[in-house]
This record gives sequence, C-alpha cells and structure tokens, in this order.
Amino acid sequence: MAIVRVQLATIDIGAECAALTAGRHDIGGIGSFIGTVRNTAGGRCIAAMTLEHYPGMTERALAAIAAEAERRWRLLGCTLVHRVGRLEPGEVIVLVLAASAHRHDALQASAFLIDWLKTKAPFWKKESFADGTEAWVDARENDTAAAERWGALAG
Amino acid sequence: MTAAPLHLLYFAWLRERVGLGEEQVALPDAVATVAGLVTWLRTRGPGYEAAFGTTAAVRCAVNQEFAQPDAAVRPGDEVAFFPPVTGG
Repeated sequence: MAIVRVQLATIDIGAECAALTAGRHDIGGIGSFIGTVRNTAGGRCIAAMTLEHYPGMTERALAAIAAEAERRWRLLGCTLVHRVGRLEPGEVIVLVLAASAHRHDALQASAFLIDWLKTKAPFWKKESFADGTEAWVDARENDTAAAERWGALAG
Repeated sequence: MTAAPLHLLYFAWLRERVGLGEEQVALPDAVATVAGLVTWLRTRGPGYEAAFGTTAAVRCAVNQEFAQPDAAVRPGDEVAFFPPVTGG
C-alpha cells in the first residue's frame, strides 16, 4: 500500500500529496516530514551534499519501515520518497507522508517513519564544504536514541 | 563443482578505501561468518586494512538484511559493508 521511492529528481510535494489522496474521501489528515539540506554543519559552510544508497536494499528497508508504521497506527496510506545524488542547500532531501482518518495517527506515524528511516535505511551523506573539502557525515547518537524510543521491530 | 562466488559490495568511505564498489570472490573454506569474512578481507591489501581496520565503524548486510558479526556467510550470498547509515 505504501509508496516508497528513491530518486535523483526533485521531489514534488504537491504531486505526492495528490497521489496519496486521489479518489479518497476517508482521509482526515496527512502527517508530514519534509527534510531539507541545511547550509551549515558543525559551523562550516556547505556548498552541496551527495547522497549514496544501496539499490535494492534501500527499497526493501523503506517498505519494511512503512509496513511497521501501518501495523502500529491506523493509516490510510503513506509515502516515503528519498533523493540521491547531488543536492544543494535548500533542496528537499526526504519526504514522509502518513494519511489517516485522524491527526493523532497521522502525526505519530510520520514522526516514527522519519526516525526509523534515519537509522535503518541504507543511505550515506557526503558533505562538500565551501572551501572545497569533502567529508562523510558521521552517524549521530541522538538519531539512534530517537529511533529507539519507538521500541524494536515487531514480529 | 565450483561453489558459487560471494558477491561483495562496499559503500561510502569503505568503497573509497577498498578502491572498488563491488567484486566477486571465492569464499575461503575457513570463512563461515561475517566476522570471519572481515578478518580474511583485511589480509587482502592496504586498502582493505584501511577500510576494515576500525571494525566498530563497519556495518554489514547479508542478502540485503542487516547482519551481526556472527551471522552466517555462504557461497552465493550478497554481502555488503558500509558505515552507520546517515540518510534523512
């Protein structure tokens, strides 16, 4: 049921919302998280970011994360779209949508989806700084803590 | 009959240090787990040693599922090595 996609192209948020709600009159709200590329990291100026992923496993991981959200909350659809390739500050890097009859499930599920995506989907970021140097981003302890507050994978 | 080769994949800084993104290797008879595979890979050259020398920073997937060091590795498996993920 979930829409999961990894793409080089820009994310069209309006089109993704429209696809999620097309022909549906039972949806009461869509919870969302829209991740964008920030222009600084650790006080340094970022010129661009390059995203790498593991084709095949990434889609499987995203589908498993979406299926877990659908088990935990009453969802009427959800969407996970993540960009790869080169992105510049201000661009949308990830879109999470969770549709439900009521806001509680939609908002809880969208928070869960981004927390789990950040620690369980195989993407890696490399930052290109304004001074021409590059560095792979290190995993953050607080991302792991945010994912763990939702507990372990069911089943 | 020759056993199916192991399909190895490397991502992010592991790919840069090893110097390639993927390769097929014959699984040595003595290697049965992810940990054993890492120990063997480190003997294959300085790039591998640089990639796998800090094993605490290396994560693994066997057949596209996250795997722990004690997970089994068999001929024909797809085994990927990468740093902790940083998407989103």
